[in-house]
Amino acid sequence: MNIDKEYVTRIASLARLETSPDQAEKFAAQFRDIIGYMDSLNLVDTTGVEPFYSPSENISVLREDERRATCRRREILANAPRHDGEYFIVPKIIQR
Amino acid sequence: MYKDTRTLIATRRLLQDGQVKVSEVIQECLNNICKTEPTLKALLNIQEEQAMEQAREMDRQGPDTNKPLWGIPMTIKDAICTRDMPTTCGSRILANFTPGYDATLVHRLKEAGAVILGKTNLDEFAMGSSTENSALQTTHNPWDLSRVPGGSSGGSAASMAALQSLGSIGTDTGGSIRQPASFCGVVGMKPTYGRVSRYGLVAFGSSLEQAGPITTCVPDCAALMSVISGHDLLDSTSSAAPVPDYLGALERRNDLKGLRIGLPAQYWEKKMSPEVYTACNHAMQTARDAGAETVTVDLPHAGHAVAAYYIIAMAEASSNLARYDGVRYGYRDMEATELLDMYRRTRSRALGEEVQRRIMIGTYVLSAGYYDAYFKKAAQVRRLIHQDFMRAFEDCDVICSPVVPFTAFSIGEKVDDPLQLYLMDIFTSSINLAGLPGISIPAGLGGGSGMPVGIQILGPAFSEELLLQSACVLEQALGPLPLPTALI
Repeated sequence: MNIDKEYVTRIASLARLETSPDQAEKFAAQFRDIIGYMDSLNLVDTTGVEPFYSPSENISVLREDERRATCRRREILANAPRHDGEYFIVPKIIQR
Repeated sequence: MYKDTRTLIATRRLLQDGQVKVSEVIQECLNNICKTEPTLKALLNIQEEQAMEQAREMDRQGPDTNKPLWGIPMTIKDAICTRDMPTTCGSRILANFTPGYDATLVHRLKEAGAVILGKTNLDEFAMGSSTENSALQTTHNPWDLSRVPGGSSGGSAASMAALQSLGSIGTDTGGSIRQPASFCGVVGMKPTYGRVSRYGLVAFGSSLEQAGPITTCVPDCAALMSVISGHDLLDSTSSAAPVPDYLGALERRNDLKGLRIGLPAQYWEKKMSPEVYTACNHAMQTARDAGAETVTVDLPHAGHAVAAYYIIAMAEASSNLARYDGVRYGYRDMEATELLDMYRRTRSRALGEEVQRRIMIGTYVLSAGYYDAYFKKAAQVRRLIHQDFMRAFEDCDVICSPVVPFTAFSIGEKVDDPLQLYLMDIFTSSINLAGLPGISIPAGLGGGSGMPVGIQILGPAFSEELLLQSACVLEQALGPLPLPTALI
């Protein structure tokens, strides 16, 4: 495993984050430590072991598809950084 | 100071009998907050006026015996949504977020008559073990102000140790209720996965986390568990298993006769400080004196829990925290003129360093080429850890172990070494992986540091009744801790 500054910058970009060169350097060292520790799981033989993704037994719960009141639009938009009373507004995506 | 012998269940009786007014109880807690909050910094917001107004209205109406928490002041960890009350998660990205709805457990507390006094501090998005990762303030330990209260529910634990309210609700993803309870000398319960609805919890590790009570004694914890537990249509992972009367169950057991307590060799032989070993060993002798039998049990994969836990928790975090994009709520960087740039700038500026670290490692372990090596591997080890517990519970009814290998550490001592902080979860994270319940109670004070030491009791899924009964007997036999030293 070779986690360097450039690699950290690439992961950051995948996660929609940006890192300064100093921070990328610091993270690279910490990630080598942490992921190196995680590699200790390779010592465990997991051949044929079914993965356990959730302790819940209710994997797929169905209900009637019926209308019911939830949140009001006004309350939801109240927390938005920018809106026009009906929609969330984001920077323009399609350029002319 | 509010009488230190006064508990939630004692106050409840006084309120129901009309011997004390709701406004008097609320005022006592607000006085305690006034005295202790400037040094502790456990609360992110205090609903002083709203709570007093609500109290006066309740006093006008008179006691309601159908409401088990009528007039009881409570605080809620700020990772849990409260309608018309800020819910920040200890993050700059949600600093101005006010939910339009209550989490199901908050709704249940309010329906039961509880008065919400305020929201407690936490590590940002519950990621941390010291509450130092809060972007908003640093909470101090009531036993020694230079030390951390633990985390991530450190605000709730410190607040309860200072009797700022009569009950608090925290969340536990890898130990975040039990570890701060241990550090602050209070009681904390992590319920079985599915016991308490997660609707309205700000998501971090969805397959690991549960909300649960942090209180000054076990009966108070039982009273709150009965209110917050139960099936919820809004959380498909919540269980339909009936909710017992946890408080009533405590009266059916006065000793530990016939109880087989498993002591995992891997936990008790692991490195822990001598004062933690001494206090926990004494607690086990006390349990034997009360009639319990202790047996050694084997959890062969216990040593791999922390690695498996962090892979899964970080993977789930990276996915859950993708929602913070500056579009629907929270902070947005207003300078960006292009969408992707807006996402990146918003997230990088408003999320703290530990949160970014976890999102990035989570992204790494889920990325093409590494998914099988890390995420799937961790989920397979998780299965083995679950099987270890199931086998151990063939030979014992409950399992006991220390909660943390040492007592509360100094503020600033471990901030530069994330891996060392993660390793502290060695005794706590296994039951989150397995979805099992656990309760931490004070075992005593450490002989060296004078700081509280916790002991935890773990059980099979949905064994909360037995855990609370056992913890209640042990708590009585061990006797109460003195008042926190920094508050005298």
